[in-house]
Amino acid sequence: MDRRTFLKCGACSLVALSGPPRFLVRTAAAAESKGKVLVAVFQRGAVDGLSMVMPYGDPGYAAARSSIALRPPKVGERDRAVDLDGFFALHPALAPLIPLWENRALAVVHACGSPDTTRSHFDAQDYMESGTPGVKSTQDGWLARAVKALPAAPTPFRAVAMGPTLPRALQGDVGAVAMQSIERFDVRAGDQTARHGFESLYAQGVRDVISGTGRETFEAVKMLKTANAARIAPADGVEYPRGQFGEAMKQIAQLIKANVGLEVAFADMQGWDTHVGQGAEQGQLASRLRDFGGALAAFVRDLGDRMADVVVLTMSEFGRTVAENGNRGTDHGHATAMLVLGGSLRGGRVYGRWPGLERAGLFEARDLPVTSDFRTLFTEVATRHLGVPATTLFPGWKANEPPLGLFA
Amino acid sequence: MRRLALALVALGALTGCGVPATSVADGAAPRPAVAPPGDDRAILHALGRLTFGPRPGDLERVRTLGVQAWIERQLRPETIDDAPTERALADLGSLRMSIPEALRAYPRPDPQMREKLQSGQLSRQDMLEMYPPEKRPYRITAELQAAKMLRAVTSERQLQEVMVAFWFNHFNVFAGKGDVRWYVSAYERDVIRPRALGRFPDLVRATARHPAMLVYLDNWLSTREDFVVPAGPNRGRKAGLNENYARELMELHTLGVDGGYTQKDVREVARAFTGWSIERPQAEGRFVFRPAMHDPGAKLVLAHRLSAFGGEADGERVIEILTRHPSTARFIATKLVRRFVADTPPPGLIERVAATYTRTDGDVRAMLRTILESPEFWSEDTYRAKIKTPLEFVASAVRALGASVDARGAFELARASAEIGEPLYQAQPPTGYKDTADVWVNTGALLARMNFGLTLASGRYARVSVDLGALVAGADRRQPAAVLDRLLATLVGRPTPETRAVLAEQLTNPQITRLTPDDRASADTDVAKLAALVIGSPEFQRR
Repeated sequence: MDRRTFLKCGACSLVALSGPPRFLVRTAAAAESKGKVLVAVFQRGAVDGLSMVMPYGDPGYAAARSSIALRPPKVGERDRAVDLDGFFALHPALAPLIPLWENRALAVVHACGSPDTTRSHFDAQDYMESGTPGVKSTQDGWLARAVKALPAAPTPFRAVAMGPTLPRALQGDVGAVAMQSIERFDVRAGDQTARHGFESLYAQGVRDVISGTGRETFEAVKMLKTANAARIAPADGVEYPRGQFGEAMKQIAQLIKANVGLEVAFADMQGWDTHVGQGAEQGQLASRLRDFGGALAAFVRDLGDRMADVVVLTMSEFGRTVAENGNRGTDHGHATAMLVLGGSLRGGRVYGRWPGLERAGLFEARDLPVTSDFRTLFTEVATRHLGVPATTLFPGWKANEPPLGLFA
Repeated sequence: MRRLALALVALGALTGCGVPATSVADGAAPRPAVAPPGDDRAILHALGRLTFGPRPGDLERVRTLGVQAWIERQLRPETIDDAPTERALADLGSLRMSIPEALRAYPRPDPQMREKLQSGQLSRQDMLEMYPPEKRPYRITAELQAAKMLRAVTSERQLQEVMVAFWFNHFNVFAGKGDVRWYVSAYERDVIRPRALGRFPDLVRATARHPAMLVYLDNWLSTREDFVVPAGPNRGRKAGLNENYARELMELHTLGVDGGYTQKDVREVARAFTGWSIERPQAEGRFVFRPAMHDPGAKLVLAHRLSAFGGEADGERVIEILTRHPSTARFIATKLVRRFVADTPPPGLIERVAATYTRTDGDVRAMLRTILESPEFWSEDTYRAKIKTPLEFVASAVRALGASVDARGAFELARASAEIGEPLYQAQPPTGYKDTADVWVNTGALLARMNFGLTLASGRYARVSVDLGALVAGADRRQPAAVLDRLLATLVGRPTPETRAVLAEQLTNPQITRLTPDDRASADTDVAKLAALVIGSPEFQRR
């Protein structure tokens, strides 16, 4: 119908043109969703992978860090790193994750990172989220590409980021939702008139990006209300750590339990840039890790059996220097450690080749070198857990290393 | 909207056969120039594109002055008195500081402070006395955010503010990276603002030398290969080439990503800029050329040869090559047309604006004239075709309500812009914020816009005072339809019949009309709620 015909037709064609929201249109072609969920967690600021998952079996670790090295694990002593496999140990603040390790629901990929050598937080985050190291012109994020490659589904909640804006990783043409909180995801007025008014305004009019998204918005608001997502409390005895990250993980669990069709969720946590006074068993890094590990452990317990369908993947733009600096902290480095939790994981193992901390083998003689490209890990999680075809995930890249073998 | 547009006979004539003069540029493609139509729709269109949105009374003021004369005035901001805005900015002291002054006034925190606090060596109270919030570096960014919002809302030099925001975004620096936070105020004030309607090559030259850009894109650390750091904490370390600035200079500032350069050109440009650095970044923060860091060899940039030992002039020569390149003319033309005309810029207009660039050596004012004299700018398809960015949306709502704002209120509004997705001066990537609808329209952001409308119209932003009574002055509040029409006329000028119809339906709701069944005379229409609905409506998201 051209515009003139449309104009002649008047009001009746308005109804015809307004149409259903985009996600409902996609239903026609939808295959059965597998109900799998991937939760991506970004540790912004570059976490010190070497103290998060400590290579106590490598003499180079303690040697390089006179005041901030963790002490090696010792059975029966509290406030010590917890042994994983006789070589690596988990930071004591991450002790709540140990039951997962024992159940093989937690895997670590160490010396993981980007082939790009930038030590700029913002460039490295950009590259990790676009999935194209060294290329800034990439328009969409790797998680958006993952969602796009999955069969369509009749829900506005396929991809959700907790926060005020869409992270780079979810930007792209998939209608991802950015929300600050489930409770606030509504028209906030004392009575219903404002919401009804807005809804009518967006229901009318031409099919354009604003009205279309507006209709999706009210579908989403209603779906959340119907599912009563805000009322879904954490499982008995589960308490999330206070703070922004614990709150985000709690709400992602609510969305999963509310069965609103979530496929990919994104949360981030700041405060890993420990240049000064990093601390060891206690201190700055320990308190961040306590919130981080506490929230992940609560999330897993909260979801219970449902975790079989959920994988949590943590990432950070790069790691930190092997040696401590003059301020009892660490500077920007290269490789770090990433965690994978849940699903049908072959956990209880530290994956990736350990390059050793001897100076001669370090990247630029100071940093942990990357032995596993982050895209190898991300590809494996997206293809094996979500069932995304690998072809479109990381444009211009072909893996030149074997898969890690994370999944059974 | 379409129906309304088609009904405008005068405009039909304009787009149809171009009644006004058609001129042919010297050697360039023919440029059909049109005079702006004088009808209200055209005035609202001009206000929507050249300002942060019309205030009550603007339509009448431009009508009286004439669109053409008003545009000419906006193109000459120095002729417009803006004293009230300048007075409102007086509280924001950091705006007027030089870089060394800012470095002294907002010292970086004592690295041991956190430890001392945790160990109890220092009480919170002592800490606050030693290091009060108003002395902390984040204040600089906060004041800049407030200033940008305040100017967007109150400045009479609207086009200048639009262009300052445009060029800042084009030459984006991120206030959160390293020492940029101490430089960013000076960067906008000394580099961007004076040249916002000047010549594009001057903008490139000035941004290239400013410490904010030198830090943001790392050029200050870029050296010839095998340079050994002679002193300081990194003494003895081998430095080398950093391609960051060279790449972005070509990709984002001048040629565009498909502008015809190669990786080899990136290396060569990076070599040309080695030695462009910063003198004492944490005390002075001014440009310095360091010959020892510079690569003295010959370079080949886009087939232009730079002979050996060019020194500091190498960089200048590169900027000259880049800013005279036809790809740059087209890239800058495309961005301007996208800002002022449509997300998908009409190719014919891009070519004509690019021709103006080439003819005038990148004169911004001349390029804007080419756009404002184009049939594409005034075409019916262009009317309300752009989605407002969060900054544009927030500022336009405050302006539409005729609200008055001080610096603190402006800071609250800047926070609102962040909640809707655009934290000011916080764009991390060098691309800045995108200027197309796709990034700004998502479910969470739309809800945030509706909720902003509700909060603003009900007067719940501190230091942003809204006089709803004045807004509907003259309309009988016992006549809901009259109130609605008055409100729509003030807030959107010419609403679409659909928007009007939906809002009229709301008038059947007793919670909005506050009509009592037994006594209609006691009605007192809920103007705040109606205003909020208008601000959150699809139509108000467009300009």
